[in-house]
Amino acid sequence: MKNFTIYDNKDTRSGFGAGLLEAGKNNSNVVALCADLTGSLKMDAFQKEFPHRFIQCGISEANMIGMSAGLTIGGKIPFAGTFANFATGRVFDQIRQSVAYSGKNVKICASHAGLTLGEDGATHQILEDIGLMKMLPGMTVINPCDYNQTKAATLAIANYEGPVYLRFGRPVVPNFTTPDQEFIIGKALMLNEGTDVSIFATGHLVWKAIEAGHILAEKGINAEIINIHTIKPLDNEAVLKSVAKTGCVVTAEEHQRNGGLGDSIAQLLALNKPKPIEYVAVNDSFGESGTPEQLLVKYGLETVNIVEAALKAIARKN
Amino acid sequence: MTTTAQLETTATQIRRDILRMVHACKSGHPGGSLGCADFITALYFEVMNHQATPFEMDALNQDLFFLSNGHISPVLYSALARSGYFEISELATFRKLNSRLQGHPATHEHLPGIRIASGSLGQGLSVAIGAAQAKKLNNDPNIVWCLCGDGEIQEGQIWEALMFASHNKSDNLILTIDVNGRQIDGDTKDIMGFDDLTSKIESFGWEVLHMEGNKMEQVVSGLNLAKSKLNQGKPICILMKTEMGQGVDFMMGSHKWHGVAPNDEQLASALAQLPSSLKDY
Repeated sequence: MKNFTIYDNKDTRSGFGAGLLEAGKNNSNVVALCADLTGSLKMDAFQKEFPHRFIQCGISEANMIGMSAGLTIGGKIPFAGTFANFATGRVFDQIRQSVAYSGKNVKICASHAGLTLGEDGATHQILEDIGLMKMLPGMTVINPCDYNQTKAATLAIANYEGPVYLRFGRPVVPNFTTPDQEFIIGKALMLNEGTDVSIFATGHLVWKAIEAGHILAEKGINAEIINIHTIKPLDNEAVLKSVAKTGCVVTAEEHQRNGGLGDSIAQLLALNKPKPIEYVAVNDSFGESGTPEQLLVKYGLETVNIVEAALKAIARKN
Repeated sequence: MTTTAQLETTATQIRRDILRMVHACKSGHPGGSLGCADFITALYFEVMNHQATPFEMDALNQDLFFLSNGHISPVLYSALARSGYFEISELATFRKLNSRLQGHPATHEHLPGIRIASGSLGQGLSVAIGAAQAKKLNNDPNIVWCLCGDGEIQEGQIWEALMFASHNKSDNLILTIDVNGRQIDGDTKDIMGFDDLTSKIESFGWEVLHMEGNKMEQVVSGLNLAKSKLNQGKPICILMKTEMGQGVDFMMGSHKWHGVAPNDEQLASALAQLPSSLKDY
């Protein structure tokens, strides 16, 4: 099992903030909108640097999404930021009609996704956002794993023409991908080549998958670990190629089982070559208040859960 | 400069188009379309600075119009076709399979003249404000127009947008609200009345004007008056009084023709009241 160097520990939202600032410097058409969460989204650096290109929307997410769609008419590249819950579920119809169906070049930037929002509880811990967004025709869905990758993804989507959902979060997690990486939308990243099980992880669960890989290696199991930072379009080729080799699958994500990365991979396999698949995801449940660490344990999204899922998937091979 | 008589002739032809379009596919929304025919005609044939061909999505040196109450698509499609955005004959495809003229306006099929999908209500004003912000960022002196229905303003997003536009001094934007007093289930005052709409919108920081929406001369002067009030720190709202079904006697005076197509006999009776002068498609 490959070892990874941790540069530092940072939150992915700060990667977004840094990426947004740089995207703003690179392209004067980049504008940013926020619904009263500028500090939480780390958009304050952009706001300070480009005050005339920053639009404070107040607590009016529906209007923010509509205005973002309008700003594209005139060549602007709007990055609309708020918490993932308010960026998706609250404004699903505005995104569906004014952004996705209208094919607008809007970047929906969603922080505090998933359980690791922590103490605020289930009202704010959306676990359905990936499903909501990936169902929309033409929507690209990206969930990077650490600070460096979130920054790279933010820069990449500024150069991509079309609606994008970019998901990131609040907790401080190991920052291990390279600082100046090239982020290719839709390209799965091989982290560790293996032969016994394919572990496809996204977002904060990527590092947990690496930790699981080390534990599995101690048990003599050679896990292939792949970072799926782009859930849609899914890198079908990389997934099928890996599973053809290993013969079984674990998916890991901070999301509901229903509608998440696991479902995308299960669908792909069902339509091609079905193999045993185990989900590490929240199982049809809302979250609750607690520390991020406590919640990941209680809802089964820890390293140990990935290890157990891998053993189960391997056992189901025959 | 188009004369009032010429504009009225165009509006009459647009009304014929509306009726024939909804009749041909046995669906659609004639009531509000007929009511707004004078407004749309004045906008597209007189007041608005726009260019049909080549159609440019970003329209950097043109005025923009956003139809928020997308169900009155027939009136917009007719005006777009008759001002040269696409062939008039294409109106015959309205609401039919493989058409660019979807039931509600859409960009998905790349119909020239449409810049945003609308239909799910309450969204167009936000889009218009965003486009108006883009014009300011681009130092483009042209302006943005938006039309909403009076039933539509029951949607909460409209009030989010009203609040934003005044706070941010979106003074290159003119919102017109079609006050026909009707919606699907009945009269607006019975469904969800808004009493004094003028004071409500004024209290949100907008300059509010009033206009008779079915008298061409007054529509043209009303729209020009609204334009003259731009760039003074306030967004402009025109409360436009119209009659749903205007121009067809049996369609006026109730909400019943909001979303019902006329049958053959009703179509003949309606067209008899609207003499063709620009040739039917």
